[in-house]
Amino acid sequence: MLDDFMVRASLAGIGVAFAAAPLGCFVVWRRMAYFGDATAHAAILGVALSLAFSMSIFVGTMTVALLMALTVSVLSGRGYAMDTLLGVLAHSALAFGLVAVSFISGVRIDLMAYLFGDILAVSRGDLFVIWSGAAVVVTLIGFRWSALLTATLNEDLAYASGINPKREQLVLTLALAITVAVAIKVVGVLLIAALLIIPAAAARPLSRTPEGMAIAAGTIGMLSTIVGLRAAFVLDTPAGPSIVCISALTFLATSVLRGFRPQR
Amino acid sequence: MSLVQVDNLSVRYGAKTVLSHVSLRIERGEIVTIVGPNGSGKTSLLRAIIGAVKPANGHILCAKSLKIGYVPQKLHIDETLPITTSRFLKLPGGFTPADKAQALVWAGVPDLAKAQLSQLSGGQFQRVLLARALIRKPHLLLLDEATQGLDQRGSASFYQQIERVRHETGCAVLMISHELHVVMSASDRVICLNGHICCEGTPAVVASAPEYTALFGTGTGGALALYQHEHDHGHDHGDQIHDQPKAAE
Repeated sequence: MLDDFMVRASLAGIGVAFAAAPLGCFVVWRRMAYFGDATAHAAILGVALSLAFSMSIFVGTMTVALLMALTVSVLSGRGYAMDTLLGVLAHSALAFGLVAVSFISGVRIDLMAYLFGDILAVSRGDLFVIWSGAAVVVTLIGFRWSALLTATLNEDLAYASGINPKREQLVLTLALAITVAVAIKVVGVLLIAALLIIPAAAARPLSRTPEGMAIAAGTIGMLSTIVGLRAAFVLDTPAGPSIVCISALTFLATSVLRGFRPQR
Repeated sequence: MSLVQVDNLSVRYGAKTVLSHVSLRIERGEIVTIVGPNGSGKTSLLRAIIGAVKPANGHILCAKSLKIGYVPQKLHIDETLPITTSRFLKLPGGFTPADKAQALVWAGVPDLAKAQLSQLSGGQFQRVLLARALIRKPHLLLLDEATQGLDQRGSASFYQQIERVRHETGCAVLMISHELHVVMSASDRVICLNGHICCEGTPAVVASAPEYTALFGTGTGGALALYQHEHDHGHDHGDQIHDQPKAAE
């Protein structure tokens, strides 16, 4: 079954959607959308470093994504507005990454594969990495769910309940770095944030509880993957962007649905 | 021992000192009100007690396994986060449906379990925050201007609820309020704070202290007397109590 590239691609996409759903909800609730974007952009620098030092792309991108996220956490609140800081760091990391890649001679690099993903070329080894990463992310968030949610609502409420919100922020940062590293193969660095945010945003009008929203986001993400891949196959369109297009259309549909329904 | 013992506490944000050499104790079952002008460090004191800010100096001793119920000054629920009252109360978890129902009754909003938090009115929301603080059956309830945005009638009835809760659960209450004439009558002790402790004692003592008058003027004295009169008659007056402050104005 795994011999079929479409099956491997679907499983890879579903794995990423599985991890992206709960994480994406927190990204939306905590208004970290741009933060996710910045972390993902920095990953291209990780790709360059991985190739330069011939280590695994997964380790390289995860390390750089984590460093990026930690840098932003440390620097925030020191005289620059968050969006300025993220704008500076995200785009410089992307630019330095692209420049660094050009220095690596000898290896022919398909840069497009890293910018937009190459889900149809997912190998069995990639599948293993993606599903391991996704399992770690979901387990991590699952175990910390209530604490994360409390810290997201209000930091002082968290402190009063004996939860350290800074530690919870670190959990999310770590989960984000892992997700970015595993999602590169699927949608590339430019569209990772889309996988995080769009399914979660599309799930919002359908949900009454945080848990419900995470489950709905996961379902939407997985369905988008399957339908998007099928559409890419039939219409001969790029696979990663097609998946994102399908979730965007779902977002449009649920938003319209909300418009017709009384507020609840 | 005391529930909380604050010794010589100083709190700084960067170069700015917001609290210096504050010492106080909270005993079981007492209601203590902190009054003070804006920027006098009231919220910082509460945040230091819950561990959200580190003391620059001094230390805070809490009784063993002290459970704190905290009602923050403001809580913004992001529009993107769907959450029902019921789910909110159970954060961060470990409570039975009976605990939940009891907390809602104590807070005076037994019917709101299924409502979306974003749909609640200001007064309902404050009471849900109170319910969430009470569900842990705290030894100490911390209220940071819990009646912000409520009208006088609403806040008077809110503080009545607090007294009832104290009566039924025996928890101590440490609260911050701007509405001196409303809360002072309900307090056992008042601490007047302005970066340091200016004066403290029973409401009557503080209201007549020169330090208090210097900060707040004499205007609140009459209202306080009126309130104490009501207060002497017990807590079962219902709406009558709400109407008094209007008469005083």
